[in-house]
Amino acid sequence: MKDKLFKKGLNRRHFLAGSAIAAGLTQLPAPLLASPKKGGTFRVSVNQGGTSDTLNPAEANGSQQIMVGWALRNNLTEIGPDNKLRAELATDWQSDDAATWIFQLRQGVTFHNGKTLGAEDVIASLNLHRGEDSTSGAKSLLAAVTEISAEGNSAVRITLSAPNADFPFILSDYHFQIMPVGADGTVDTSGVGTGGYTLKEWNPGIKTVLSRNPDYWKENAAYFDEVEVLLISDSAAATTALVTGEIDAIQSAEYRTLSQLERSNHVSIESISGGFHPTFAMQTGMAPYNNRDVRLALKYGIDREAMVKRVLRGHGIVANDHPVAPTMPYFDPDLEQRTYDPDKARYHLSKAGLESLDVSLSVSDSLFAGAVDAVTLYREQALSGGIGIEVVREPNDGYWSDVWLKKPFFTSSWGARPVPDMIFSTAYAAKADWNETQFNNEQFEQLMVAARSELDESKRARMYADMQLILRDEGGAVIPFFRNFVYARRKNIERSPEVASNWSLDGYKAIERWWQA
Amino acid sequence: MYPLLFLVLQRLFLGALTLFVVSLVIFASIELLPGDVAEQILGQSATPETLAAFRTELGLDLPPHTRYLNWLNNLLAGDLGTSLISQTPITDLLSERLYNTFFLAGFAALISVPLALFLGILTALHRGSSLDKAVNVVSLAAISVPEFFVAYILVFIFSVELAWFPSIANLSSDASLLERLHRTFLPALTLTLIVTAHMMRMTRASIINLLALPYIEMARLKGATPTRTIVRHALPNAVAPIVTVVAINMAYLIVGVVIVEVVFVYPGLGQLLVDSVSKRDFTVVQAACLIFSATYILFNMISDLISVMSNPRLRHRK
Repeated sequence: MKDKLFKKGLNRRHFLAGSAIAAGLTQLPAPLLASPKKGGTFRVSVNQGGTSDTLNPAEANGSQQIMVGWALRNNLTEIGPDNKLRAELATDWQSDDAATWIFQLRQGVTFHNGKTLGAEDVIASLNLHRGEDSTSGAKSLLAAVTEISAEGNSAVRITLSAPNADFPFILSDYHFQIMPVGADGTVDTSGVGTGGYTLKEWNPGIKTVLSRNPDYWKENAAYFDEVEVLLISDSAAATTALVTGEIDAIQSAEYRTLSQLERSNHVSIESISGGFHPTFAMQTGMAPYNNRDVRLALKYGIDREAMVKRVLRGHGIVANDHPVAPTMPYFDPDLEQRTYDPDKARYHLSKAGLESLDVSLSVSDSLFAGAVDAVTLYREQALSGGIGIEVVREPNDGYWSDVWLKKPFFTSSWGARPVPDMIFSTAYAAKADWNETQFNNEQFEQLMVAARSELDESKRARMYADMQLILRDEGGAVIPFFRNFVYARRKNIERSPEVASNWSLDGYKAIERWWQA
Repeated sequence: MYPLLFLVLQRLFLGALTLFVVSLVIFASIELLPGDVAEQILGQSATPETLAAFRTELGLDLPPHTRYLNWLNNLLAGDLGTSLISQTPITDLLSERLYNTFFLAGFAALISVPLALFLGILTALHRGSSLDKAVNVVSLAAISVPEFFVAYILVFIFSVELAWFPSIANLSSDASLLERLHRTFLPALTLTLIVTAHMMRMTRASIINLLALPYIEMARLKGATPTRTIVRHALPNAVAPIVTVVAINMAYLIVGVVIVEVVFVYPGLGQLLVDSVSKRDFTVVQAACLIFSATYILFNMISDLISVMSNPRLRHRK
């Protein structure tokens, strides 16, 4: 019993569950009993992407590209179903100073075209995102990389300009998929990879068909024989197709269709707590937001509980004006939660020498479902704190280029990051391109840099706790909530008890992690 | 037949001129939209450097009139160009979707045109009867509700409740004709409900108009049955207005079905166009719009030709 279970790649917790069943305690929930088996077709619908999507991971930015990319290819590291970093094409990595990293590559892995994985493939794949001419969306993530070189054929050395203890996490980003390099030194972005599926039909915007790679190196993965990824942008169409059994899983279930889905006997709804959050970002370099009391007034003027209840219909948790979600490492549970307090809002306004405050908050519907509702609700809540918020609805098109980072007070949204440093250095570091609040706090900067090279875990945790406190009290972002990923699957599709929360659909890896019952 | 040939040539020339103007208008509109391809692709992850690299790569740093003339030159040389974003040739991108669009339009037309003519003649024959009223009410109701609503109702009845037809098209490339017809039946039925009323009422109105004329009275007096009066005597003279309406509706079946495509996830040209506009993929937008405009121009020309040919006075003009 024990051997069999461990061979299937179950961890200790599942093993304990298994032995309890063996001992006759059969009241355990059914999912723990399921053991994955191969076969079947998995039809999954995604809602981000279009006909013009390419298979080049440097250009990937929607779920169609990410899910197909990860079915075809692997990264050096990945976020597992337990939300922890684990080895993928790298088996091991080490660094003495967090600035020079050596990644040992997995041996005996072959690409779909027969080529054996070597250091040159990793180097070329990562270099796609570097250099002057690179158009990669992940260019800034590798900005600190000064050199990538081979250490023999089975290891890669990556040198950073400054220490970063979280660097292996960065390599789990969906842009950094490993592709084979051709004889002429260029990377093959046509879909050849080391992943669990090979490309059978690539019809972006319509349907992508994948077949299982019989030589997949990863054990206990890629169970389906065939996978169809359909792009369905109309959520009603996706929901109906799921209910009628035309497809097996949908990337996103709308709150207003949840009751319809719940009535169906064939559908399971998932609501997974994650790190996706909107921000109401104030440009702290600009009046009146350069006044700390004005910022605090705006932070006390929002009723986060009501937001979660009414905008998210309960599918989320309140945030505390910093971007570290409880699902992330180094989240500080002891940091006191800020609550709705109109009196305190008035108090901070008067401290700032203001009788009342009138501001305009830009928002667009495309940011996330319910974005305009959230801002409208904020306006109502802030009124009793003496704050007048004018809701400015901006066009969906061009929001990121014309409104974001341009208006003094605007709504923005951020996907989950696996570690605090990735969101801090992207959106809160003084010199970051996307420092949307123009945040510039000396103590924060020092802690951020120090934490990157700190290898003592408890010291590091304390530093991140301090940074969460600074952002809560000094920062320019009002963060109302962390939104759950709400998606659904047919009941004949099984998943392991743990699902990743970095993206929807098991971290966008349902294709290789789920199976048919 | 010279006048006819002259008409065709004249129409073709005007059509080409129209296409040119359309392409100019589309180019100008895309230029007016906020953001460009580079910003749409990179979205939130755009930085000034990556944007600049992107624009140089795609030639977006050239002035607008240079870009338009380059595109026009290529077009006149018979090259629709490649998609700005995916770099695939536009002919590859369009061919399958164009086929799908024509397939759906053809399927819907095969149902709706005979149905509309039949109902139009039937209601003209039984003018004022309860059958006439019932057909009118039903067809007007179908045309009055938004098409996505018709689509959802059909999905609810035929997919969710009865499970006879799939709710999304999900065509595979090797599907047989029968399977294709089965999978596209609901979208075709939706379109039928939307276009039938217009054609049916025009048929009915034109025939009723003619029924008041003296030569129909003559036909009746000589003892022709009502059906023969209508089909043999009235209908040939009603061809011109009916063909015009049929042509407009046929063109609509090809260019106006975006919403039906979205609801049934049907991979036609409409979705591609919407997608490309939102991504500012100018070359694809141009190609799709030119196809749509050409469709309208062609159908109009054909309907005019049929009108002329159906009218001996125009056909044998001295």
